[in-house]
Amino acid sequence: MQPRIVVFGIGNASRGDDAIGPLLLERLGIWLAAAGHAPEFALIEDYQLQIEHALDLHGKRLALFIDAGCATPVPAEFYAIGATRTFPAPSTHALTPQELLGVYCQVVEAEPPPAFVLCVRGERFELGEGLSVEAQAHVESAWRKLMLLCQRPDAEHWRALAARETLQKGPKGRDGALPFPSGPPLQIPPSQ
Amino acid sequence: MSYQLETAAHPTRLRRIAIDTVSRVEGHGKVTILLDDRNQVRQVRLHIVEFRGFERFIQGRPYWEVPVMVQRLCGICPVSHHLAASKALDAVVGATRLTPTAEAIRRLMHYGQILQSHALHFYYLCAPDLLFGFDSDVSRRNIVGIAAAHPETAKRGVLLRKFGQEVIRITAGKRVHGSGAIPGGVNKAITAEERRLLLEDIYRIIGWSRDAVHMIKTLHAQNPALYNSFGICRSNTMSLIGTDGTLDFYHGSLRARDGNGGILFDGVDYRDYAQLIQEEVKPWSYMKFPFFTALGKENGWYKVGPLARIQNCDCIPTPLAEAERREFVDYCGGMPMHAPLAYHWTRMIEMLHAAETIKDLLHGEDILGSELVVSGQRSPEGVGVIEAPRGTLIHHYRVDEDDLVTMCNLIVSTTHNNQAMNEAIRHVARRYLQGREVTEGLLNHIEVAIRCFDPCLSCATHALGQMPLAVELLDAEGALVHSLSRNDDGRLDAAAL
Repeated sequence: MQPRIVVFGIGNASRGDDAIGPLLLERLGIWLAAAGHAPEFALIEDYQLQIEHALDLHGKRLALFIDAGCATPVPAEFYAIGATRTFPAPSTHALTPQELLGVYCQVVEAEPPPAFVLCVRGERFELGEGLSVEAQAHVESAWRKLMLLCQRPDAEHWRALAARETLQKGPKGRDGALPFPSGPPLQIPPSQ
Repeated sequence: MSYQLETAAHPTRLRRIAIDTVSRVEGHGKVTILLDDRNQVRQVRLHIVEFRGFERFIQGRPYWEVPVMVQRLCGICPVSHHLAASKALDAVVGATRLTPTAEAIRRLMHYGQILQSHALHFYYLCAPDLLFGFDSDVSRRNIVGIAAAHPETAKRGVLLRKFGQEVIRITAGKRVHGSGAIPGGVNKAITAEERRLLLEDIYRIIGWSRDAVHMIKTLHAQNPALYNSFGICRSNTMSLIGTDGTLDFYHGSLRARDGNGGILFDGVDYRDYAQLIQEEVKPWSYMKFPFFTALGKENGWYKVGPLARIQNCDCIPTPLAEAERREFVDYCGGMPMHAPLAYHWTRMIEMLHAAETIKDLLHGEDILGSELVVSGQRSPEGVGVIEAPRGTLIHHYRVDEDDLVTMCNLIVSTTHNNQAMNEAIRHVARRYLQGREVTEGLLNHIEVAIRCFDPCLSCATHALGQMPLAVELLDAEGALVHSLSRNDDGRLDAAAL
């Protein structure tokens, strides 16, 4: 079975709360294996998103990016994202999830799969530090959310959950992106 | 090789432009430019504003953990740290000579890293500036702009990256946090099926790499006045050199040349690096300033990386890259090229060489061997040096009887280029910012000069909401009169006060 859902855990396990993404991804892998759902999910850990990660979206029907955020509302936020169409100048070798979706559109010449971000509040990002006490609590809260998501990996369900958060906390999303992807209806690319 | 424009005579009377942080380089950097009342540039500095403390991170750890741990120093070139640490610790476990298979697999990993790193830099970070122009619409100067105007080029960038990552995955075991290299060798053999998978694509990769060299060569030919002078910084150069003077990214001895191309030292065992190089600390930057001890601080600074390597070696041991090197040398008229934009040309020659070397290694007999590890008489100390994508990378460790690291010294590639980057931006500031209105396009000229070196100023901190860029203009009294900021999604906000 080819995995149809891709989950990215972004961060560096040796940089304090930057470990949040990799830690949640590792926990998810164990949980999925125990539940017998591992073959449905592609789990990808990396320090940063870079252009070749666009190819990891190909053939998937759903994508989730787990990351730490230093200005994220406590304990975490969950929101839908769309491809960046105007694509501003990048500030680093790395891409944002929205930019990665934009690269996918250009390179694969197709709409990306429905994509969401689970961003968990981090407090400290120093080299050699472990997870902060605050972040440990945020991770537990995010883990419950992540289990809920992966128990029902369905784009409409995830959109509804994201919309509910938006109503509770107000519009969110990095760079002011709307909580729902704009533009033409999404087309799910064929499986590889 | 003077320090003109490093420190102004009366900095408090000058107005200050700060580019904070530099975009499209890795990590946190800031450029400040002090202008006088007549808008003349009086002081330019590239500040590194993040202290990393890598050495402290490593001390106290068991030595066998180090090759894996050091990958977390950098999200861009983890394989380089992985291999430099492994080479240093080979000496600690007494592995004076690896098995042919272990060396071939390490080389394959390293050349895969060189290929994917150079591809990312060229297609993602630099091609937008080079193809659209430094002053072009900022909304186009990115890979999606490239994809819209040059779709095949953008696809090749992504697929070259993907291939390099596949080489790393196969040799290191995983795409990230691989553990392929260990003190004394490697812990994973390569299967015939894995070799077949890589060979399927390698000829296409070589062709694309060759096309990339031709692309940058054409750009030079179209505008030699710009490419041969922009940010020019005449300096010494240094790199590892392989057997018989060949270009070698994995192993060799140290060679340095002066600004005219004359040999300063050659055939030096890299374990003696500390006798050759000292590092100066300056109060305005966390990044040190290395220099050749024999020449002193003012004249001893040097460049490393592709521009240094291609001009430092006598030949490249793969035919297509060697032909391109010869053409580059001819273009330079037999004199050393010191213009930073030539980094791109030489970087693409290196990418072609990496692709050819990957092909040769895959066809070699050693790559499928099963003898992976050796050991010998234990030593308390080891030095490992490789040519990482950005330049010479030095790892030095001491290990006690309990197997714990007691001393760690790292000199990373970007640090070697610190003074050269400062000199390049001073040249650009003098040329392009004198008495001119400050615009994003002009400030991008400064950033273009820095990007030539592909610096990696910090490593692997990634969190949503970081990496803003702020530009502040202050008058002679220090009051803020104008600001320009690039927020965390790269868009610009300007505010006149």
